[in-house]
Amino acid sequence: MAILECKDLSKRFGSVDALTDVSFAVEPGRIVGLLGPNGSGKTTLIKLVNGLLTPTSGQVLIDGEAPGKRSHSLVSYLPDRNCLPQWMTAGQLLDFYRDFYPDFREDAAREMLSRLEIPEKRRMKQLSKGTREKVQLILVMSRAARLYLLDEPIGGVDPATRDYILQTIIGNYNPEASVILSTHLIADVEKVLDDVLFIHQGHIMLRTSVDQIREEKGMSVDQLFREVFKC
Amino acid sequence: MQWQFSNDAPIYAQLIRGIQIRIVAGIFPTGERLPSVRDLAAEAGVNPNTMQRALSELEREGLLYSARTTGRYVTDDVKLVNSLKRRLAEGRIGAFLQDMRELGFESEELLDILRQELEKEE
Repeated sequence: MAILECKDLSKRFGSVDALTDVSFAVEPGRIVGLLGPNGSGKTTLIKLVNGLLTPTSGQVLIDGEAPGKRSHSLVSYLPDRNCLPQWMTAGQLLDFYRDFYPDFREDAAREMLSRLEIPEKRRMKQLSKGTREKVQLILVMSRAARLYLLDEPIGGVDPATRDYILQTIIGNYNPEASVILSTHLIADVEKVLDDVLFIHQGHIMLRTSVDQIREEKGMSVDQLFREVFKC
Repeated sequence: MQWQFSNDAPIYAQLIRGIQIRIVAGIFPTGERLPSVRDLAAEAGVNPNTMQRALSELEREGLLYSARTTGRYVTDDVKLVNSLKRRLAEGRIGAFLQDMRELGFESEELLDILRQELEKEE
């Protein structure tokens, strides 16, 4: 069964159609890239899946159920902004996450912190913006979730850290779990993805696999994106 | 050996080629066990499903085989590996010859310069 299913999903903010009739399903074990220009509806879609927004019409099903208490235990979500309490230290945040989520793997988190040389005793507000992003991503990836929703996981970090994050996503791969990540840094994530969803003005305009694009068009996803969304 | 990917071909196809080269070069020696899919994927920086697809393809070619519990091995058929080596070499030589013809080299001249360069190397 699909871990995530969106059926005719639409979201309107006032008179603005943020998403229109979005339908797709994500099977377990897939890493899916949600790709689109700024303002195309990526974050809205992720928030709908996560239950932070309610659809104007249509349906979201996570493991067969609407977003709610159960889906929160299955979904690990990385917001597009930092939402961790700034007075807490990385070490305190580990405790915080352990208390909240039974699937939190503290050892994994600790290892990643030390690998990225992030001191556990430093408060969030004392860390640089990029480092705060790293901490948040570490917490999210350290859960043994069924669905990871990552909104711009690599946007604000340097290329070396970007590689490490992508390595973490690959290393964390589990055939039972799926990852959806939104980004516009396509060249960086392309090799890591199974499938891509091109989203434009709230519509899904393309849904295919990375290798299918390369096979049929003889170009990378990044090149295709630049062509399709040429300004 | 670094993994590098071009933009114009499917990633799984480039993985197949990369693994073939590593087998021919003895980095993955004949008859020996291959690293796990996950480790290979991490090393190449690619999606594990894509790596899996490449490995399955190589199994169908007979270059790899799976033992039920212990993992995946490189074939111990040395003949098969040698013929692959030959095939890969022919491909590269073909491309090289094309380049040299483009520069206006005739066969004799080409052999001469090759010999000279090889001597320099030694």
